[in-house]
Amino acid sequence: MDFTLDKKHEMARALFREFAEKEVKPLAQETDENEQFPEETVKKMQKNGFMGIPIPKEYGGQGCDVLTYVMCVEELSKVCGTTGVIVSAHTSLCCDPILTYGTEEQKQKYLVPLAKGEKLGAFALTEPGAGTDAQGAQTKAVEDGDSWVLNGSKCFITNGKYADIYIIFAVTDVIEDAKGRKNKRFSAFIVEKGTPGFSFGTKEKKMGIRGSATYELIFEDCRIPKENLLGTRGKGFGIAMHTLDGGRIGIAAQALGIGEGAIDCTVNFVKERKQFGRTISAFQNTQFKLADMATRMQAAQMMVYRAALAKQTQKVYSVEAAQAKLFAAEAAMAVTTKAVQLHGGYGYTREYDVERMMRDAKITEIYEGTSEVQRMVISGAMLK
Amino acid sequence: MKIVVCIKQVPDTKNGVVFNPDGTLNRGAMDKVMNPDDKAGLEVALQIKEKTGAEITVVSMGIPDADTVIREAFAMGADKGVLITDRVLGGADTWATSSTIAAGIRNLDYDLIITGRQAIDGDTAQVGPQIAEHLGIPVISYAANVEVEGDYVKVDRQYDDRMHKLKVKMPCLVTALSETTTPRYMTPGGIFDAYDEKEVTVWGRADLKDLDDANIGLAGSPTKIAKASDKVRKGAGEKVNLDPTASVSYIMDKLTEKHVI
Repeated sequence: MDFTLDKKHEMARALFREFAEKEVKPLAQETDENEQFPEETVKKMQKNGFMGIPIPKEYGGQGCDVLTYVMCVEELSKVCGTTGVIVSAHTSLCCDPILTYGTEEQKQKYLVPLAKGEKLGAFALTEPGAGTDAQGAQTKAVEDGDSWVLNGSKCFITNGKYADIYIIFAVTDVIEDAKGRKNKRFSAFIVEKGTPGFSFGTKEKKMGIRGSATYELIFEDCRIPKENLLGTRGKGFGIAMHTLDGGRIGIAAQALGIGEGAIDCTVNFVKERKQFGRTISAFQNTQFKLADMATRMQAAQMMVYRAALAKQTQKVYSVEAAQAKLFAAEAAMAVTTKAVQLHGGYGYTREYDVERMMRDAKITEIYEGTSEVQRMVISGAMLK
Repeated sequence: MKIVVCIKQVPDTKNGVVFNPDGTLNRGAMDKVMNPDDKAGLEVALQIKEKTGAEITVVSMGIPDADTVIREAFAMGADKGVLITDRVLGGADTWATSSTIAAGIRNLDYDLIITGRQAIDGDTAQVGPQIAEHLGIPVISYAANVEVEGDYVKVDRQYDDRMHKLKVKMPCLVTALSETTTPRYMTPGGIFDAYDEKEVTVWGRADLKDLDDANIGLAGSPTKIAKASDKVRKGAGEKVNLDPTASVSYIMDKLTEKHVI
């Protein structure tokens, strides 16, 4: 067992850090304040190969591994949680399921431009009446000749409106079991922006990651070609769950980055801020808090990297992903809260980055499976 | 077309400079980066590559660890890389360095050589022009813009107060400025290829022909550092407010007093 990174991963980290410091950090506050999707930054990331890091070169990607992708999300999130989740949703939730379940034609048509950075991707599972309880979903797809016709709506969709390609889950069949209970069967579809009948509803006004575009998607007799069914008909739930296993590693990396970023800000602040004639770094209260914060994020980092390696080498990595996300998200929330506390009154103002980071951290405990869902996944595997 | 780009691994001054007790740089205690002007030179070469399909070979002289900057150049888009490294070459000043690098470049085919204007550790700006001198080819320093046109390069040479537009027949050498060129980022896939697919060619003393032992390493370096010190803080200076004629007399008197003229 070796905990050191090899030279290529070190160099990749240096690249992501330099990019984050030069291109992302200067815009982070403005992105949050104006709830502005960072289009220019996304273009730069697309140009520099950040949008297809773990995708094989034959499909337009960079041919790197999951760990490199995770380090990218981590470094971006250190300075801007919004930018981190844009990459994560695109890569884990849109590129990955097409790579895993797509036909060769679907990969050529959709994955190649996504991984090359020519198109942006999104994933839509959640509905107003169906979050954790996917059976509550109402969006339907009905077969009609050479097409599927979609009707319904999705909510809280990251990269909504800005994304070109969407993975949409819809009910295609209802099966009655032996006891007469009706079970919905989902299927996954690839839907392009601009398809007639596909429109965008309300943009959410959020607490954190405010630059990330979170939209409602509306389908009204939206007709898509039959060949846009992703994977097998009726197996959509499994596709969604497997995709979310990967997505959780991306969100765990985002949480990790947010927590680490808050520590960086706090270390700088306590060395400058003076009270009672001394910098507050001289007080043991500060020192002990910082030590706890760093230890917690260090543990989170090990779990996130371990989950990344599990995704790289194992067929099933649900538990590793759930544990990494659960721990990193709760660590990020605790660490950013302490960071605000150590900043005192300044930390409560929008002038200081930790205020934004604390708001950004909260969502990592909620999306792509709440912390409660992660506990269900972990204990479910223990008790089966 | 073949382009050789000379790059140097230098201490990163971003987090401050660390000195040894004798006043020389403590390179081991500092992070290392590709010299900024050299990186700009590589970007110039990469832009030419995009237009002409030129092949880029980067050449560096340094310790074995300097292969990192060559791999960084691969990750930006360079095709081949040579690291000249040998204990007998250590401690070289600009003369010994340029003699050694020129000998290395003689092993390569080239139409155009690009170096950075100067390195942020030594700041001499001598090595590029000296390489050209050793190879007997023209040099254009301070290149703000470089374009290839047939067998010629068109260069905007940027001085502090003026610019020269020059057209020079290749082979020639230009030295590039970091102020006027923003280097591209590496790509993640480029980094993986740099380590997994590409090889750095390593040359020692024995691989370098037409090189006199009298011109290499510390022993072959005419420059001797008498003393090195941290930057001496300048005083506030003296301010005077005079009419133009009196100002000229005042300055002339001061320069005479200080033995400048």
